Amino acid sequence: MALPAPFVIIAVGALAAGASGLVGSFLVLRRMTMLGDAISHAVLPGIALAFLLTGSRAAPVMVLGAALCGLLTAYAVQTLQRAGVQEDAGMGVTFTALFALGVVLITAFAGRVHLDLDHVLYGEIAYAPWDLWLVGDVSLGPRALWTMGAIFLLDLLAVVLFFKELKFCAFDPATAEALGINVSAFHYLLMTLVSITTVGAFDAVGAILVVAMLVLPGATAYLLTERLSTMLALAVGLGALASVLGYLLARITDTAVAGAMAVVGGVLFALVFWWARRRRRG
Amino acid sequence: MERVQELPLVVRDLTVAYQKRPVLKEVSLSLPEGRLIGVVGPNGAGKSTMIKAILGMIPRISGDVQIYGQPVDRVRRTVGYVPQRASVDWDFPTDVLDVVMMGRYGHLGLIRRPGARERTAAMEALERVGMAEFAHRQISQLSGGQQQRVFLARALAQDARIYFMDEPFAGVDAATEKAIVSLLSGLKASGRTVVVVHHDLQTVREYFDWLVLLNVRVLAAGPVEQVFTPENLARTYGGRLGNLALLAGAMPQQLRSLGGD
Amino acid sequence: MDANTQWVMSGTALLGMAAGVVGVLALLRRRALMGDVLAHAALPGIAAAFLLTGSKTPGPLLTGAAVAGVLGTGAMAAITRYSRLKQDAAMSLVLTVFFGLGIMLLNVVQRMPGGNQSGLDKFLFGQAAAIVPRDVRVIMVLAGALCLLVLVFYKEFKLLAFDQEFGAGLGLPMGRLDLLLNLGLVLAVVTGLESVGVVLMAALLTTPALAARYWTDRLSRMLPLAGLFGALSGVAGTLLSQVGPRMPTGPLIVLAATLLFVVSLLAAPHRGLAARLVRMARTRAQVRRERLLEALYDLSEEAASAGLPADVTVADLERRRGLSPRWVGPLLERMVRTGVVERVRAAAERQEAWRLTGHGLAEAYQVARRERLHLVYLMHQAEIGAPFGPEVHPQLEPLLRLHGLEPVLGRGQPGEGVG
Repeated sequence: MALPAPFVIIAVGALAAGASGLVGSFLVLRRMTMLGDAISHAVLPGIALAFLLTGSRAAPVMVLGAALCGLLTAYAVQTLQRAGVQEDAGMGVTFTALFALGVVLITAFAGRVHLDLDHVLYGEIAYAPWDLWLVGDVSLGPRALWTMGAIFLLDLLAVVLFFKELKFCAFDPATAEALGINVSAFHYLLMTLVSITTVGAFDAVGAILVVAMLVLPGATAYLLTERLSTMLALAVGLGALASVLGYLLARITDTAVAGAMAVVGGVLFALVFWWARRRRRG
Repeated sequence: MERVQELPLVVRDLTVAYQKRPVLKEVSLSLPEGRLIGVVGPNGAGKSTMIKAILGMIPRISGDVQIYGQPVDRVRRTVGYVPQRASVDWDFPTDVLDVVMMGRYGHLGLIRRPGARERTAAMEALERVGMAEFAHRQISQLSGGQQQRVFLARALAQDARIYFMDEPFAGVDAATEKAIVSLLSGLKASGRTVVVVHHDLQTVREYFDWLVLLNVRVLAAGPVEQVFTPENLARTYGGRLGNLALLAGAMPQQLRSLGGD
Repeated sequence: MDANTQWVMSGTALLGMAAGVVGVLALLRRRALMGDVLAHAALPGIAAAFLLTGSKTPGPLLTGAAVAGVLGTGAMAAITRYSRLKQDAAMSLVLTVFFGLGIMLLNVVQRMPGGNQSGLDKFLFGQAAAIVPRDVRVIMVLAGALCLLVLVFYKEFKLLAFDQEFGAGLGLPMGRLDLLLNLGLVLAVVTGLESVGVVLMAALLTTPALAARYWTDRLSRMLPLAGLFGALSGVAGTLLSQVGPRMPTGPLIVLAATLLFVVSLLAAPHRGLAARLVRMARTRAQVRRERLLEALYDLSEEAASAGLPADVTVADLERRRGLSPRWVGPLLERMVRTGVVERVRAAAERQEAWRLTGHGLAEAYQVARRERLHLVYLMHQAEIGAPFGPEVHPQLEPLLRLHGLEPVLGRGQPGEGVG
């Protein structure tokens, strides 16, 4: 069973954008989008170390390395905050240092780390259809499709299961705490999901534009509706739409998919922004 | 003497301090059930702090808190909290009914979704605060008083046995004030206990039947008739009866019978 | 050290200095991540400038970056003003969309003749190793302009950072100063982009400034200190990159700056973590001693008024005052040695009990009295209207009596024990 290449690419992109849009929406609501930016930079050393230590590029290994690094970042930022450092400054220091560390690891150990820096930065979605998951002699299809599909389902499951807790914690953490909801646990759950989704999305669009997929769909959906469930559904849809249109744009202009997706997302946002403003005025 | 398990709130030697400054010092209270209890004192006297310390939201240096004989963490479901309006994101995509239903989350537990029963309970709560027709209004479109009533409805929906409210009457319009008062009577009629941090001495007698005078320490606690005296107020608000205007507003008749300082 | 390295070092040092200085202002204005955003947003400007002019000289490229930076700032302002989105979302949106556009343009550029040099990784991490004298001259000019800017508008920036409303009240154009600061940030970013890349600029704008914060509170010292730290990072990073053949300069500069930050965080006198921990330990020891004395006094007073002997057990202290036996025990032992308390055997419970000596009582009396005066002060702070100190004691004493808090035990009787 060989799926047509464009289908694979579009599917992977849509899944990545959809998953990112889903968890990214909560970042938008909690005013933590820059933390998403920070985490997406900071997981780099996690990936590099995971590879250095295990010699494997297998998805679960990468994901684990990334998740741990993401949690470390979130934890470091909170610790610095408690030590009196401004939240945004704490983020800045942490993620730039981790990213630099990641680059040093990858460059210095380039011989042993078969992680192409360009791959991490740009993503390799164009190669996705041919990067197959081989079990013995049997090909189960494009690896990225499985990985991103699993991550999407994971995110969806978490959001559906814990919908009301995530909602309450984002809306009114003080009262949620008083009611007995473990606000801290849900914060770290969200951070873990963001880290995992980020790494999965690296494959598609690379580290740099993962933030676009985290923020654009959610921010756009935020302007369109007053219901959280609708907002989340719209975010997934908008993410998928931006990835499809982005792919087409990239084909037409012969540029990298990553950049095109971000631009399309931005155009969609601008349209909605303008429309929402007219609606408020009129 | 009632057993501890029957008392909605027993606080022993509660002390809260920031740096070396005591904000609450050795506060001890035993509150009776089914009363409307006002907590009054000057600004900065630690009233909000006491509520937060009781609920475990801020750390305490010493002291013991029991709600119906249990530590707070075990009985959170039976404790309702209506905070001061501040810390919420009013741009959040949610409507009034949704916010009120959040009060039921403690009962639902993890994962379970709110269903018809929760919706009904929420609508009933909204009716009791007179906000039923706003059920599907987005919260950013509400006025200050309406927002306050939504928070009260959320607390009602929780169906708790004891409620803590932090200055619910502050800055609300007359209609909301009436709604809150009638709500409080309703709660008392169904045997709940309500502890209200209050700022306006003029209305103490009207609203409450039990009173706690707090200024870093508990100056007095008991039925309003016994506790709300010029002497106690003087000790709470000022050593000399310098705040005559304050007291005059609260109790014009008694003031005439007072002599000098 | 070869000439090339020297140039690289001077370039990165100057850059670090300028970034550190501007970074302090950004930090104090809570805009630490703005540098990151502007650095990413500059990419389309640079690419467009190349597309339009075909030139790779600094002038047009930097102008392009600056224009993009200004547009980005405007976009952020528009988003927060005309929609429900908050500032963090505005920043992230501008960062990603502009950067995405930049990548698209860059791809176009890369296919053009002569466009091959501007690879993405160069933009991200810069080509610090490729800094040539011309670059250094450009950096010098721009860094000089930045420092001049900060110097000239020093008073105004100080107000902007610490008390914007006051400045507005004085009639100073705070809005325009803010814009000027943003332009300064754009300038700093643009200065460093070509040589050291996006991520590095973001780091240089944040980390040295933050490190400087731990050494001083005064703007006049923070600015040069941050500049120094930035410069040191540049030098250190450059030197470190000489260690191995494949060590990238840019990221090593970031790591050097981070190291400086961590050291400052931990070791800076007074504000650093180590100093704070020591202070906290000392304060805690003193607080514990006073709490114990006060508790001993209170319990003795209670006992005396009930006609009971003033013997206190560790269990009493825990139950009544929340004092943990873990430190109360050893402290009581120490106090026995200094003659403040003495050990007695409480006949009833066969437990160890303690009692204040005459000396101890005199000291405890002072402590208890002071604490109660403070307590009464807090209760009536509004009317007293002056800070707590010996001057207000006369006002407080009648209040002590009113609340029945006046300490009686051991008053005016130094050296006499408890009954």
